[in-house]
Amino acid sequence: MADLNLTLKIWRQDGPTEPGGFKTYDISDLNTHMSFLEMLDVLNENLVNSGDEPVAFDHDCREGICGMCSMVINGRPHGPLEGTTTCQLHMRHFNDGDTVTIEPWRAKPFPVLKDLIVDRTPFDRIIQAGGFVSVNTGSAPDGNAIPIGKDISDDAFDAAACIGCGACVAACKNASANLFTAAKISQLALLPQGQTERVERVIGMVKQMDEEGFGHCTNTGACEAECPKEISVDYIRKMNWEFHSANVKG
Amino acid sequence: MNSYFSSTLFRKTLAALSGLFLVIFLIGHLIGNLQLILLSGEAAQKQFNEYALFMTTNPAVKILSIVTYTSIILHILLTIILVLQSKQARPIGYAVEGGGENSAWASRNMALLGSLLLVFIILHMKSFWYEMHWGAIGNDPSGNKDLYTVTVVAFQNIWYTAFYVFSMIILGFHLSHGIGSGFQTIGLKTRKYLEPIEKTAILFSILIPSAFASIPIILYLQSL
Repeated sequence: MADLNLTLKIWRQDGPTEPGGFKTYDISDLNTHMSFLEMLDVLNENLVNSGDEPVAFDHDCREGICGMCSMVINGRPHGPLEGTTTCQLHMRHFNDGDTVTIEPWRAKPFPVLKDLIVDRTPFDRIIQAGGFVSVNTGSAPDGNAIPIGKDISDDAFDAAACIGCGACVAACKNASANLFTAAKISQLALLPQGQTERVERVIGMVKQMDEEGFGHCTNTGACEAECPKEISVDYIRKMNWEFHSANVKG
Repeated sequence: MNSYFSSTLFRKTLAALSGLFLVIFLIGHLIGNLQLILLSGEAAQKQFNEYALFMTTNPAVKILSIVTYTSIILHILLTIILVLQSKQARPIGYAVEGGGENSAWASRNMALLGSLLLVFIILHMKSFWYEMHWGAIGNDPSGNKDLYTVTVVAFQNIWYTAFYVFSMIILGFHLSHGIGSGFQTIGLKTRKYLEPIEKTAILFSILIPSAFASIPIILYLQSL
């Protein structure tokens, strides 16, 4: 367990309308078993002790399932590891003396609220535009009352693994939200429960996605490469089909 | 329905379809060009000029050429709109760009590659297409417009030949992303066909530009 010394270049911005800029911090004697967020906790403790404003960053579960810990580390959303959120990235993946640049997600629909925190409500509005799913209310349904093939349920589950973190948008050179929207659409379109509102759902969600001002998809594949849940771009292909057939059928 | 036609997904599908049509056009164009080198001397001149006459007068070819011009214009306009839209989606860029680690270079630079190809297409059409239709070019012994000599003379120039070969390298990079991306967008690159489509796309992106480039190289070497 070697100690680690780093130079951090962190984007600091007081508010959505304030100008921002990078500030450099030296941090020393880090435990390499710390997570990246714990390293930021240490930095913030130092900042508070010296009377400075701590760095604002989003975090919640710290176990890789909530999707809150959004930050671009050395140009990579959630850092250099594949299939990993920032909270699951540990300091042993950095070398002593490294300079680490930390930036917020960069997309017009995701304005910076403060430092590394961005407003991701456009994702909520895309979900809302999908409307409701018709289900019988009352007592809990019996398990396996609706037969679904293993391959289909696996496929739907893989899409449902999306935690809505926004790394796809952050990674995409066009700031496109196609992977997020496609995962949410596919998850329901694949299952029998999602059939009733299938047409309105895809039309509504794609319309909302465009209205939020996200860019278009050019199939670079960066979103899949950076997605902490490794969602496949195949769902974008599925969404294209889904969208065209919904519009043609009317 | 209105929001359908103005949606990013509809526009990118049209961009993909027009792009994929242009790939088919390239194959046809290449087969035509090969007549420049498969025969030699007067036989090549006669064959190529007859072919050029056929390509500018046959009604079926005329319809196809209109589809081709439309595809080129549509592909350019749609991609310009989409690029401008996407530029607005990220007004502040990253201080550290990580694109090199998550995507292919060509996939991130399609607009640059496409713009270079547009410059090539304009100069290329001025040299041959314009000359064939409206230029004052001579006739061959059979009385047909002598596009063959125009072509052979053009590629006696090392710089013109080098520009053509360079443009074919650009085309190769554009196709290396474009073909697979087109199939993904129109929905045919399913998981089952992912690998064969990607391999064929890469093979095409190497073979088509290499075959195109080989023709001016051979014509230049023959002129030495």
